[in-house]
Amino acid sequence: MDIFLQQIINGLVLGSIYALVALGYTMVYGILGLINFAHGEVVMIGALVSYSVMMVLVPSGLPPVLLALISVLVAAPVCMALAWAIERYAYRPLRHAPKLTPLISAIGVSILLQNMAMMIWGRGYHAFPDILPAIHFDIGGAQITLLQTVTIGLAALTMGILAWMIQRTSLGQAMRATAESPAIAELMGIPVNRIITLTFVIGAALAALAGLMVGANYSVAHYYMGFMLGLKAFTAAVLGGIGNITGAMLGGLLLGLIESLGAGYIEDLTGGFLGSNYQDIFAFLVLIGVLVFRPGGLMGERVSERA
Amino acid sequence: MTPFARHALSLTAIALASLSLTACGKKEAPPTAGNEVIITIGHAAPLTGPQAHLGKDNENGAVMAIDELNSRGMSIDGKKVKFVLVSEDDQADPKAGTTVAQKFVDKKVNGVIGHLNSGTTIPASRIYSEAGIPQISGSATNPTYTQQGFKTTFRVFANDIHQGQALAQFATKSLKAKTIAIVDDRTAYGQGLADEFKKAAEAAGAKVVAQEFTTDKATDFKAILTKIKASNPDVLFFSAMDAQGGPALKQARELGLKATFLIGDGGCTPEFIKLAGNAADGQYCSLPGVPLEKMPGGTVFKDKYQKRYNQQIQLYAPYVYDAVMVMADAMQRANSAEPAKFLLEVGKSQYQGVTAKVVFDAKGDLAAPAVSIYQDKGGNWSYVETVDAAAAAK
Repeated sequence: MDIFLQQIINGLVLGSIYALVALGYTMVYGILGLINFAHGEVVMIGALVSYSVMMVLVPSGLPPVLLALISVLVAAPVCMALAWAIERYAYRPLRHAPKLTPLISAIGVSILLQNMAMMIWGRGYHAFPDILPAIHFDIGGAQITLLQTVTIGLAALTMGILAWMIQRTSLGQAMRATAESPAIAELMGIPVNRIITLTFVIGAALAALAGLMVGANYSVAHYYMGFMLGLKAFTAAVLGGIGNITGAMLGGLLLGLIESLGAGYIEDLTGGFLGSNYQDIFAFLVLIGVLVFRPGGLMGERVSERA
Repeated sequence: MTPFARHALSLTAIALASLSLTACGKKEAPPTAGNEVIITIGHAAPLTGPQAHLGKDNENGAVMAIDELNSRGMSIDGKKVKFVLVSEDDQADPKAGTTVAQKFVDKKVNGVIGHLNSGTTIPASRIYSEAGIPQISGSATNPTYTQQGFKTTFRVFANDIHQGQALAQFATKSLKAKTIAIVDDRTAYGQGLADEFKKAAEAAGAKVVAQEFTTDKATDFKAILTKIKASNPDVLFFSAMDAQGGPALKQARELGLKATFLIGDGGCTPEFIKLAGNAADGQYCSLPGVPLEKMPGGTVFKDKYQKRYNQQIQLYAPYVYDAVMVMADAMQRANSAEPAKFLLEVGKSQYQGVTAKVVFDAKGDLAAPAVSIYQDKGGNWSYVETVDAAAAAK
């Protein structure tokens, strides 16, 4: 039974990270109807910037928790500035172009960022330093580390703050209005362009945090890590109902659990026909399943409304 | 344009033209210079791109052998011979590899040393085989190379079968493992090595209690490691490169998996230790061959190499050096540099080389290949023992 529990814990950690990234996809889609395929690369930049900051600060002898805090305080603005630039120069000029055009622009930005990262940080894998002491808790035979606990907690806290901001503040109200109808929001005196930029920038801050979490939990960062992560987070957003904030969180957690349990039990379920190398297949099976049977996702209705 | 500039330009052009003419003249030297017979040896390795440092290292080994042969003054069939090395860049690319091979065949080289990678060596070997030109590789480890049924393929380096068997022997005999878990990355290298390891470990009486797979791009191994933890193996063999092995080992320890960690030559690097951090301490890896210090002529070769090139040996230079020497030795015994005539003699080699005594089996692989095991001690791979891979197979 502890194996089952352990897979649930693995899945929750993975799912928290997916959820943070999925929020970036879903918020941008909610407002612009654009799938920002460069978002995964923003996570990657976040991870690599945090890595560099930590490596610079390691000799200073500061406690690792503080290092992580400083690194995210540097990585977040970098990612936010990057997201601002992407929105300003890759998407805004194409805002009234056919839907396919900004999508291709997004893929272009993603390739550009990958290559930039390869030039700055090299092709190699970078070992992430330990940011928390290796403390284990035992839950019914399964191990959960302090880092995993903090990851899940921090993700939940961040998402809680975001949900509160969107439902309760005037900025959130403006975002929701812009999502509903940019033209009418504009007429009501909402600075639509600024709201769109803010959406991108908030998503990037979450991405920076997610990047740090991936690096810390799997102890490795490299220029290519954003690609698959981005696709899976996108799947999580679709699963929850793209454009729906609560849906993205739910979708992320669910996808993480599906993936961990799937990889853990696929061999037993298929009698050894499929193995754990199919770990990455689950996200895409889920994506296809959702698109076929419930295009709106678990919580979203707006996709069908818009289409 | 001023008259002066015009004159200067035309003069430069003439100078350049005459320079290139003399350069061509040198290149087109006749195959015999006086009473000397020229023997051409082709050498192929990546000399550009990310593996250029390894390719250049191989080339250095070949150059050292050729120079030594020439200074020694060998004669075949009563005539003095001079060895000439033609080194080509195959870019570690199978397509470029076959182009180079065709070039060597057209040039009628007497023998070929190389290539460096299995991916280039295997397609090129067909071309040499059709032309009947002997080929000796000092670094390609994929077993397929010598298993194609060609009579021209030889290798002075342990292959992946040997490595898998040696690792299995180490796990079962030295570590006394009863239960083993295997993870591989489903690449030609990872999967091939894992299969050989599994066969040999089971033959030695160990039980494979879990076999899982990942990819060569994965970073999250927690799901499969959790499964492995359930089977509580004595040894975990991770058949992949350092970029996966390092993080996997770290994640295994986070999950409380206590198995001794074993990885092949793809993980026997400083990079692995960097990625795994403290978790690497006390864990094992393997490399074909014996450490330079333990080779019969290792320290002498190392000094000569460092004196000449003012740098450390990367990896395969001594093996490539031996490959050239084995080929020259076969020519001497056949009393001919004709490929058809000395080919048979290559197979009968009993050459005491720098790396080991080179004796081939029926396929052209080493009859007694060695594989060495290393253990991480305080952040460095240090030598543990050498396993006689051929004996391990029996």
